[in-house]
Amino acid sequence: MSEKDSFVKFENVDKSYDGESLVVKGLNLDIPQGEFLTMLGPSGSGKTTTLMMLAGFETPTSGEIYLEGEPISSIPPYKRGIGMVFQNYALFPHMTVNENLAFPLEVRKLEKSEVEEKVHKALSMVELQDFGTRMPLQLSGGQQQRVALARALVFEPRLVLMDEPLGALDKKLREQMQYEIKHIHENIGITVVYVTHDQSEALTMSNRIAVFNDGKIQQISTPDVLYEKPDNSFVAQFIGENNQIKGTVKSMNGKNCVVKTENGDEIVSLKINVNSVGETSLLSLRPERVWVNVDEKNYENNFEAKVEELIYLGDHVRTRVKVCGNDQFIVKIPNSSDQSDLKEGAKVKLSWKADDTRALDFKA
Amino acid sequence: MSSETLSGPILTSDGIPLKVSLRKAEKRNKIRAFLLVLPLLAFILITFIIPIGDMLARSVDDRYINTVFPKTFEIYKKWDKQDLPPEEVYETMFFEINAAKGFKIGKASTRMNYSKSGWKSLIKKSQRKFKKIKEGPYKEQMIAIDKRWGDPLYWKALGEMVDPTTMGYYLNSVDLKYDSNKEIIAQPENRRIYNHTWIKTFKVSLLVTLFTLMLGYPIAYLLATLPLKYSNLLMICVLLPFWTSLLVRTVAWMIILQQNGVFNNLMVIAGLIADENRWKLMYNETGTIIVMTQILLPFMVLPLYSVMKTISPSYMKAALNLGASPLHAFWKVYMPNSLPGVSAGGLLVFIIAIGYFITPELVGGKDGQMIGNWIAYHLKTTLNWGLCAALGSVLLFVMLVFYWVYNKIIGVENIKLG
Repeated sequence: MSEKDSFVKFENVDKSYDGESLVVKGLNLDIPQGEFLTMLGPSGSGKTTTLMMLAGFETPTSGEIYLEGEPISSIPPYKRGIGMVFQNYALFPHMTVNENLAFPLEVRKLEKSEVEEKVHKALSMVELQDFGTRMPLQLSGGQQQRVALARALVFEPRLVLMDEPLGALDKKLREQMQYEIKHIHENIGITVVYVTHDQSEALTMSNRIAVFNDGKIQQISTPDVLYEKPDNSFVAQFIGENNQIKGTVKSMNGKNCVVKTENGDEIVSLKINVNSVGETSLLSLRPERVWVNVDEKNYENNFEAKVEELIYLGDHVRTRVKVCGNDQFIVKIPNSSDQSDLKEGAKVKLSWKADDTRALDFKA
Repeated sequence: MSSETLSGPILTSDGIPLKVSLRKAEKRNKIRAFLLVLPLLAFILITFIIPIGDMLARSVDDRYINTVFPKTFEIYKKWDKQDLPPEEVYETMFFEINAAKGFKIGKASTRMNYSKSGWKSLIKKSQRKFKKIKEGPYKEQMIAIDKRWGDPLYWKALGEMVDPTTMGYYLNSVDLKYDSNKEIIAQPENRRIYNHTWIKTFKVSLLVTLFTLMLGYPIAYLLATLPLKYSNLLMICVLLPFWTSLLVRTVAWMIILQQNGVFNNLMVIAGLIADENRWKLMYNETGTIIVMTQILLPFMVLPLYSVMKTISPSYMKAALNLGASPLHAFWKVYMPNSLPGVSAGGLLVFIIAIGYFITPELVGGKDGQMIGNWIAYHLKTTLNWGLCAALGSVLLFVMLVFYWVYNKIIGVENIKLG
């Protein structure tokens, strides 16, 4: 692998706080220069610990982290030259916005004129030129967030880390900031490692997403691959909405397999994470890939279903049906005039393709 | 002009002005709130405001002596202060001394003795011998009884008592006095005690504040940053002294610090000091400072701790991340954020220290006495309450000045107890 492809490299990194359990288990990860990589996972999955090890606030229990080919475990955080945006911004409350931004530059003993110029440039980047003399607490949450971002970038670090930086903002502001951060990343081409537990945030912003669970990376890939082709049931469940059907593998045939559900229905699906006949598998199927009352010829899987519940959501109707013994099965029906006669209790025919059905592992 | 003034006040739906309605609705709440604070208000009034007012009044009050010698002072005021007073002053004095009985004349003569020592014995002697004098003129007969009656200095000393108020106690509390012509002069060298004590009081208080800060800051930092299970233990250690009687702690210190005490013994055993050169750690200023520092330490640690607890650990992380060395990050980021705690703790310790009494009394010896000890001495031993009140008032005034300066420089709103 070339130098550029592993700008940041985690090599067999383990981390334990208490000597009894591992928070991060044998982590291997390569981050190319200029990439926006998101670590996504539920709380306690090890993503923040991984970020803190990279920032230098935690030391790996074993293994090594490389930055531009150099091991950094023994370098203290203040010599790493890595920018970081903290969860609650961590703006220094006793300094003005300008002083906050000048702090990393003054520490580096830059000329006064140079400091002023860079501070101004950074504030312009986040469109807060006129707020330099304010104190952080006089700013709104979104403005504080931008100042924190500007401060992490003002000293032109090699790498910038973000630890759930948008967690404290309301939904609308959060979405707006997602685009802003994404654009800043595109404009200056800096490498970003971003931690979040919000999957839509991860999908919006990232080049690649590493899904963490239980101290391990479950799958690392681009957003579309993660959504369309999850490798295991955790990823399928964690990212996007997902119908799960439990069954037993009845037969395998090339890339496909047939899974028999508990009430005897046989579903043709892609063989992804099952190895042998007789194994228990969890089928994963996205709600928008299921069709109602269509021509059966084009689909491998066709089943009778009963409509249990209709939830009107404007652009689509979220429909809960009972099919293959599963009454939590969700179908998204686009809002068009010909579907409007669907009633609760009605019998419908559901169809979906084998290529959209993924036979994944089942963890009891 | 606004629409409100044009159309009159806003009315509620039943036609009463909104403000009147609101006031009526709020009245109940106000009464309830007042009743809730009433017991405390009464308590503070009786135990704090009134005593302080009484103290301030006593420090200048000179009415008592005026009730013993009303006529004498009346005529005395007309005297031109040349040579000796006229015969009628002697005459009224003679009758008023005879009229005043036991306790009354005793108290008055004590007061007179404050402005010129010798008055008390003169009056006592005169009371006995005045029986011989049957009729006037009195001047010569009184001088014959005791020649001090012929000394203009005694008579002039009365001049500072003829008004119902006096500044004499205040002058005394800063080593000044009235001379015989009611001019303010310094006390003679051998009678100056208070200025020296005032300076020592401030010096000791400042040093104790400084030492508690130096010792307390790291402890408070640890308390605020350690994981809960350790910080709780440490907190108990900090609070433990609070659960022990002040007297017990002070006596324990006496056992440790005396010349044949635990500390000196250990030092001798360890060979660090020679047996004949044991350190004098008690009955002097050093002892006062050591023990007061220990006793007042929690008052510094607790405000510091509660402020430090609110400083997010991410500030330090952010500073390190931005490239500041740990020392630089501490100095530029942590320290400024902990300043409200430093000022709260500092002010608290200083205020307590400046009026401290028990510790200097027990371990201070002659050298370690503070102004509080003089107040106690005059309160209990010499019964000169006027001087006590003046000393106390000066203490109060100095505190107010400190508070004012502090407010000007740092701002009272920056004091934080958490």
